[in-house]
Amino acid sequence: MRWFPVALTASLALALTFLTLPVVAIFINSSPGDLLDSLGDPVARDALWLSLRCTAAALAIIVAVGTPAAYLLATRAFRGKALAVTLIELPLVLPPAVAGIALLASVGPSGLLGGAIDAAGIQLSLATAGVVVALTFVASPFYVRQAMAAFVSVDRTLLDASRTLGVSEARGFARVMIPTAMPGLVAGGALALGRALGEFGATLMFAGSFRGITQTAPLAIYDTYATDFDSALALSAVLVAVSGAILLSVKLVHGGEVLGGAPR
Amino acid sequence: MLRAEARTRLGTLELDVALEVGAGECLALAGPSGAGKTSVLRTVAGLLRPEHGRVEADGELWLDTERGVDLPPERRRCGYLFQEYALFGHLSAWQNVAYPLRGTDRRQRAVALLERFGMAELADSRPRTLSGGERQRVALARALAREPGVLLLDEPLAALDARTRASAARELGAVLREVEVPALLVTHDFSEAAQLGDRVGVIDAGRVVQEGTPSELAAAPRSAFVADFTGAVVLTGTAHGAPDGLTVVELDGGGRVTSTDAAAGPVAVSVYPWEIAIEPAGEAPHGSSQNRLAAEVLSVTTVGNRVRLGLAAPQPLAAEVTSTAAEALGLRAGTRVTASWKAAATRLVAL
Repeated sequence: MRWFPVALTASLALALTFLTLPVVAIFINSSPGDLLDSLGDPVARDALWLSLRCTAAALAIIVAVGTPAAYLLATRAFRGKALAVTLIELPLVLPPAVAGIALLASVGPSGLLGGAIDAAGIQLSLATAGVVVALTFVASPFYVRQAMAAFVSVDRTLLDASRTLGVSEARGFARVMIPTAMPGLVAGGALALGRALGEFGATLMFAGSFRGITQTAPLAIYDTYATDFDSALALSAVLVAVSGAILLSVKLVHGGEVLGGAPR
Repeated sequence: MLRAEARTRLGTLELDVALEVGAGECLALAGPSGAGKTSVLRTVAGLLRPEHGRVEADGELWLDTERGVDLPPERRRCGYLFQEYALFGHLSAWQNVAYPLRGTDRRQRAVALLERFGMAELADSRPRTLSGGERQRVALARALAREPGVLLLDEPLAALDARTRASAARELGAVLREVEVPALLVTHDFSEAAQLGDRVGVIDAGRVVQEGTPSELAAAPRSAFVADFTGAVVLTGTAHGAPDGLTVVELDGGGRVTSTDAAAGPVAVSVYPWEIAIEPAGEAPHGSSQNRLAAEVLSVTTVGNRVRLGLAAPQPLAAEVTSTAAEALGLRAGTRVTASWKAAATRLVAL
């Protein structure tokens, strides 16, 4: 009785069906013509464009700050490291609504740092910059966790070799550690990007939903679905297509090394 | 000239080592794993900071814990050959070699170095497509690229399969003879140390327990550990073929031995002490042993139920006999004997 392989196959089939059916339904209900029409809709176009710009900005901040931070966590032992890692991972398990409240309480107009931010002439809440802050907050842990794992798996003797070859740790970090960890870094970037593109709750609470300023694609979908389900459906399809395209291109560029492809 | 001293606690190991290597000389530290060999290399390279230590090399002071001197690894001119070679997988062979180089002629200089190791055609290959022996050559070229003041080699042959090991050892020997800087090599294999090192230091539990030429160590081990560890006796000489298909080796310092191995030119002759039979001097040859050398007993060391004899022949020699036989022959320092062994027990390695 070979019931175990059958059970494994059945589980995978069930998971695949459940996870793909809703996505497939979006495309079945909206024809390619609808998709093009929806792109002609200025509301949808503004929302999509804002989403892409804010996601790109958030990702740039996450990679620029998160990469050195992840490297430090991966290569050094220090007191309180476990606590630091836990704090960085916290937004992963935070409900989006809580994230929105937390951002308001900290960097909102009447939050902890609200006065200082206002004095510096920066407007976050109800502004595009606020969207970037919200996306950065919720998406960072995805990148930092993955980047840390990528640096941990790099053989430390490579850095030793680099140093004995007369190259300082800082330059060895750029010339050896980052290229060697690249597949893991790209995977982390893709995860963070996916999370940022789909961000909804924290953005809505912290930045609001103003067309062209803070209304990202997910917010626009929420805004229109009650009155115009077809438009919401079409915009959803576009968002799926964009996310899927990004995921696919990352996989193709790195020859399947990223996101659980071939073992390294 | 390299002078290094290190005293430090590493987990349960108490490392306490002082060594000196002259320019163009190779000191091989041999010992079991966990003896602290790699820690010595890392101390010299600056990758490990001992509690107390001093490293002087290349006419510079690299480390002096007393005076608070501690140059970072990137400022110590060390060519370090790592055990698994530590090649950068995202770079091609020539880019690996050019890694420490600057200037517009980086590529040319790297390829010229690879050429020296017969690797110029593989300059554009990635490390993972290269064989173990090829990787070692790339790593060696990279270690030499910076024109190091000291060469450090960590188990240079351990990552190779048995078939490439012999030829890699020959090549490495040639490189070590050519470079004019002090070289420090560590290995767990005494025969490797004997083959590549001008001098061998046997290291055990963080200390160099004895230092000398390979044959000195084998002939006059100061402790049972060294006797056990050294294993084979190593003699040097010049080989030429004999008409019967055997090889005759004229030993440096006099005497000749025969081997069933084929070789020509300078060779290292190795034979295990337990293959060497001892008979009183002046007896007529009998039995099947082709190799006979007159010798005088220098030392008698008990190793378990055996006795290791240090013998003074043209080159120092060691033999192992049972305690019973040693008593029956009345062996003690000064006894004149004949050492004999079979041509078939005589291994030759080209130098």
